[in-house]
Amino acid sequence: MATTATVHAHAAPQGFIRKYIFSLDHKVIGLQYYFLALVAVFVGMALSLLMRIHMIWPTAVLPLLGDIKPETYLQLMTMHGTIMVFFVLTTAPQSGFGNYFLPIQIGAPDMAFPVLNMLSFWTTFVAFVVMLAAFFMVGGAPLHGWTGYAPLSALTNSGPGEQLGADLWITSIAIFCIASLMGALNFITTLLDLRAKGMTMFRMPLTCWAWFITAILGLLAFGVLLSAGILLLLDRNLGTSFYVPLVVVNGQVMAHKGGSPLLWQHLFWFFGHPEVYIAILPGMGVASQVISTFSRKPIFGYKAMVYAIMAIGFLGFMVWGHHMFMSGMSPYSAFAFSIMTMAIGVPSAIKTFNWLGTMWGGRIRLQTPMLYAIGFVSLFVSGGLSGPFLAQPVLDIPLHDTAFVPAHFHLIMGVAAIFGIFAGTAYWFPKMFGRMMNETLGKIHFFITLAGTYAIFMPMHYLGLAGQPRRYSQFTEVAYLHHLIPLNTFITYAAFVTVAAQLIFVINFFWSMFKGPKASDNPWEATTLEWTTATPPPHDNFGGHTPVVYHGPYEYSVPGAAKDYIMQNDPVGVPAH
Amino acid sequence: MAPTIPVKDPELGYGGGGAHPPITDGGGDGGERDNGSPDYGGRLRRTRLGLLIGLASITMVFVALTSAYVVRRGLPSLDEKTSTYVRDWIPVNLPTGLLLVNTFLLLLSSVTAELARRQVARQAALAPVQSIPGVSIGPEGRFPWLGITIVLGLGFLAGQWMAWQSLGDRGFYVATNPSSSFVYLLTAAHAVHLMGGILALLYAGMTSLLKRPIEARRIVVDIAVWYWHFMALLWIYIFVLLEFMR
Repeated sequence: MATTATVHAHAAPQGFIRKYIFSLDHKVIGLQYYFLALVAVFVGMALSLLMRIHMIWPTAVLPLLGDIKPETYLQLMTMHGTIMVFFVLTTAPQSGFGNYFLPIQIGAPDMAFPVLNMLSFWTTFVAFVVMLAAFFMVGGAPLHGWTGYAPLSALTNSGPGEQLGADLWITSIAIFCIASLMGALNFITTLLDLRAKGMTMFRMPLTCWAWFITAILGLLAFGVLLSAGILLLLDRNLGTSFYVPLVVVNGQVMAHKGGSPLLWQHLFWFFGHPEVYIAILPGMGVASQVISTFSRKPIFGYKAMVYAIMAIGFLGFMVWGHHMFMSGMSPYSAFAFSIMTMAIGVPSAIKTFNWLGTMWGGRIRLQTPMLYAIGFVSLFVSGGLSGPFLAQPVLDIPLHDTAFVPAHFHLIMGVAAIFGIFAGTAYWFPKMFGRMMNETLGKIHFFITLAGTYAIFMPMHYLGLAGQPRRYSQFTEVAYLHHLIPLNTFITYAAFVTVAAQLIFVINFFWSMFKGPKASDNPWEATTLEWTTATPPPHDNFGGHTPVVYHGPYEYSVPGAAKDYIMQNDPVGVPAH
Repeated sequence: MAPTIPVKDPELGYGGGGAHPPITDGGGDGGERDNGSPDYGGRLRRTRLGLLIGLASITMVFVALTSAYVVRRGLPSLDEKTSTYVRDWIPVNLPTGLLLVNTFLLLLSSVTAELARRQVARQAALAPVQSIPGVSIGPEGRFPWLGITIVLGLGFLAGQWMAWQSLGDRGFYVATNPSSSFVYLLTAAHAVHLMGGILALLYAGMTSLLKRPIEARRIVVDIAVWYWHFMALLWIYIFVLLEFMR
């Protein structure tokens, strides 16, 4: 049960373990999540490179791994998706940056429940260890995809990796669900109860709104995934038949009957769709924050942005069936899901136009955080435009399970959210570590990554339209796909270059942490409360003084003001004129 | 400083550029008043809010299980002998009498839990008065309502275990048929959460032994007991679902 231990101004922890391992300080915990995600993203990228190598050189023999069998390809694919979605995209933007900056941006000394916060991180860590352990089990990692469809995932003899590997996968996800629910609870309580004087809901930065709605989505969605996972474990291990109908495996009739694979799909996607909004909303918050700061203009339509985040969150619970258009559902249900899916494009478009409106007429400073934020908008639009295609059941019939679908979701969720993380990193690095990141390395990294990810995922749309299936380990033997091999090869080489370029980011990150030029308290001349603290912030964030807020979060270029920005806690307003 | 006229320039976003007096919104003071003493009222409110939010997530777990239950109950499956789709849902012969006894135990434990909660709230409210010589709360302030609640809760769990034995005796095990799977699933999920509640009540009891301040103990007991009430309501829901939607 969460204790009500709060952070006392004098009680900064002593000792290495209490300061850096089992810390109750939200800033340390945020960084712990961030570094967990950093490790996870390299594991995920390595898995994707192995997949791309196998796609164009199926018979290649690799050092240490040997040749990649078709089932190995499916195992790589499953773990790539699972690790990236859960341990990178759900972790870094929300638990990483959110934990670090939500309390500071609302003027609080810490999260509402610091002990629960610490437990959330370590539970996530345990989940990650359990997930990685699946690789080392007899049979290896599961091969049922990150979506874990039954009955493949519900039977222990359905393939290699589907014994202990799959059990560990489900257990890891269940542990992750519990960790996420604890984190969501903390975020919502903190935001509702710990805002400083003057920090009304509609004076909060859009990052806080994004973290708030994301936490609500997580609170309502992860319980459903947990239930689905429990049912799957029961089917696998106790012989129940929630998901498994009468099936024959390798000539042997299994002892299940009457279950419904569709039940798994409904439960999974009821979680799965809000999950993709959980992955992207914090990045949208960061984009708003950075674009406003570096355009020296208030965000265009702040209230519309807030309502759009709420609308995206709300509608996100109503569209899960668009992942199931090919499942044999009634066309009337498909129609309803299709309409709701297209509806969700409206608030997304509002946000996009408002970002552009913020930049229009602004005195734009094209520093690295701004480049990443603009890259986020670009990738969100590119990936988003293929969404309405897939949202039509009629168009989804030929496109479902082709390469068109990964093209769509990698652009709009994978890469866009990663650019949100890059933008947040570049923007907040000076505050977290007291030093500036290197601009030149940042720009090089930005351009190569932007070009590289477009080179990887834009041609993939064409591959899907041409009929290349997804989740197939090999195309080289198939005649009608022969003419696509050169394009696949190009994508693989682009992937090599892009992944290699990420080393530039890592080098920049760690070198700047120790050797970068020292940063001032507010190097970007931004308005929100985190830029009022010392750098890095002290244990209780504000050095014993509780901030009082007088302004909204984006008071840039206010006519008549002394400077082109007014900080939120600045009691001096605009002189009368 | 000349008085400012809040000019609502539409380009500036909400709030305009003028200086407004600070609105006393938000509860943020870090759980402490400005003189450094702990703000127990604020902490209680915060912890209750946290519990409410946590209960929303537990609700979603049981919403998902209910949805699976309703779907499965209405689902036809292939009868291999006749090659037609038939409903294979066989209602479980529940040990209703035993379950009613368990329900009574749990509701009674809710009553005793509530008495424990009010008892410690009264103790916390009277704490400043205790320092006056000659003033005491009296023997009714020391009645072990919390201990009784824990015993009743354990009794409920023992009764659930007996109910599962009884189901087994009637031939309904976890994997026997879909309806029996759900009976075990729903009751076990509830029992697991109830076990967590018992651990919370034990911790609440421990805080008195650990000599924590009464106001802090009050918060722990308050949260544990509200959680306990939720568990009782959840059990009623599950019982009604299993009995009337067999």
